[in-house]
Amino acid sequence: MSALGFVRKRDDKAAYLFLLPWFAGLVLITAGPVAASFVLGFTDYNLIQPPRFNGLENVTRMLGDDRLHHALGVTFTYVLISVPLQLAAALGLAMLLDRGMRGLAFYRSAFYLPSLLGSSVAIAVLWRQIFGAEGLFNQFLNLFGLTGRGWISDPDTALSTLIVLNVWTFGAPMVIFLAGLRQIPVMYYEAAQVDGAGKFTQFRRITLPLLSPIIFFNLVLQIIHAFQSFTQAFVVSGGTGGPSDSTMFYTLYLYQRGFHNFDMGYASALAWLLLIIIAAFTALNFWAAKKWVFYDD
Amino acid sequence: MTDLKERVTPVPITVEAAPVRRRGRSLAKHAGLGLLTLVMLYPVLWMVVSSLRPNNVIFRSPGLILDGLETRNYGEGWNALASPFGHYLVNSAIVVLGCIIGNLVSCSMAAYAFARLDFTGRKLWFAVMLGTIMLPIHVLIVPQYIAFSNLGWINTFLPLIVPKLLATDAFFVFLMVQFIRGLPKELDEAARIDGAGHPRIFAQVILPLMLPALATTTIFTFIWTWNDFFSQLIYLTDPDMYTVPVALRSFVDATVSTSWGSMFAMSVVSLLPIFLAFLIGQRYLVKGIATTGIK
Repeated sequence: MSALGFVRKRDDKAAYLFLLPWFAGLVLITAGPVAASFVLGFTDYNLIQPPRFNGLENVTRMLGDDRLHHALGVTFTYVLISVPLQLAAALGLAMLLDRGMRGLAFYRSAFYLPSLLGSSVAIAVLWRQIFGAEGLFNQFLNLFGLTGRGWISDPDTALSTLIVLNVWTFGAPMVIFLAGLRQIPVMYYEAAQVDGAGKFTQFRRITLPLLSPIIFFNLVLQIIHAFQSFTQAFVVSGGTGGPSDSTMFYTLYLYQRGFHNFDMGYASALAWLLLIIIAAFTALNFWAAKKWVFYDD
Repeated sequence: MTDLKERVTPVPITVEAAPVRRRGRSLAKHAGLGLLTLVMLYPVLWMVVSSLRPNNVIFRSPGLILDGLETRNYGEGWNALASPFGHYLVNSAIVVLGCIIGNLVSCSMAAYAFARLDFTGRKLWFAVMLGTIMLPIHVLIVPQYIAFSNLGWINTFLPLIVPKLLATDAFFVFLMVQFIRGLPKELDEAARIDGAGHPRIFAQVILPLMLPALATTTIFTFIWTWNDFFSQLIYLTDPDMYTVPVALRSFVDATVSTSWGSMFAMSVVSLLPIFLAFLIGQRYLVKGIATTGIK
């Protein structure tokens, strides 16, 4: 504590000056729009005529909107399959990259790079070629005498190509895992080894519990992130969510309703449903965390 | 940890495995990791190579070896849209630059207040700030779009840049708060005793010390803004204002699978800045995710 602590007045004035841009942003860019979209969710609004309150009409419309239900199914499938796969790959590779091993920096960079490129339009363009009927992937299958199909044009497999794309970007969580693994004292493993614990026991009894806060952090973050995926599905399907709506992510459906049909009231209601879904998943995660996340302190 | 002590029965320590076997293991591991690296990077490498192949060869050549250098794709791709591709690169650069400046200035100011100043409601506002990190952009986009279109800002870069001037990328505020908290407080206090006010302490003591955090912010803002597609797609509908991702996407629609060569060429051009940012800023990227990830 500083010697001046007693005489120093609180820094209210200075603080609010420093926070002025942030406060303005909070009101105008963040909180204001969140509130506005809540209100708009109970209206019918097409940008030209003034918004008209229609009570719970948007909610009943959502209940009967088959395409929305389909989009929810596609999005849940995507999130629930791609996130665990991505995190498993991230953790597995992080464990393989031992402390001080030769070439560590190289491997880390090589695996991390895709997660910087993955959300770009350019990579989505590339994916479209790779998993197209005559794409790179099928050319490789041909080398082994196998015949592929148009993975992206087939409704049964289009979503899988996007899941592969998300798993491909495991580098970012891997770097977080690597940093977390470095925090575990080597001494624990040495002690376990002396006690005769094998690699698997060490993993289950030391690595997993001590790393669990970071696994949890990655899980929460990647789920939130995956729910908001947009670019890849948009580019791969040419903005349609096709074939047969098989890549109709929730955000893509929201975009179509809001910015194609200019159905702003319904789009706002959809946005709030997304917020509620993400919040519910995050809350569920936090609740479940009590059962499996281990805090050392 | 008590668990560990109870469950594991002690056995005599075995002699270390023979060095030869260990070396064999390490070799196998490097082979595996090397193979995985190749698989991971293969699509990107293949795109670069294919951008230098004639169109009719791309679909027949899964390999990486070039027969010759076909640079025509780059010329064709560059001029395939209404404006030369350089125009879109400049547009993207303007947006990116505006966002970087906005984030650096506004987030560092907010972070200084949260990390160092003692003010009413600090805990509450800090929690609110953290809460906004998790907010999906989709809940904001409709009202924002309505507001910006009333201001006549559609098809300008303002809807993309102005929010950054107002510290709405809370992730970076958080990153900087974490960083400033790690700086010794004695420095501020020494400056205060010398009569410096908060603006001077901020500008002359804290800012120079937080260069690593500012670098991390710069690089992440660069990459995220350069890649950002959703908001640029919504706000920029006039081809003259297109940024790289939006232009690239319109390219896809215009030339669907007729001219992969030139499309790959422009894709490579669009990824080049990201790759350079990665090479230059790797250290800060890795540090940035690691520190915000854990703390």
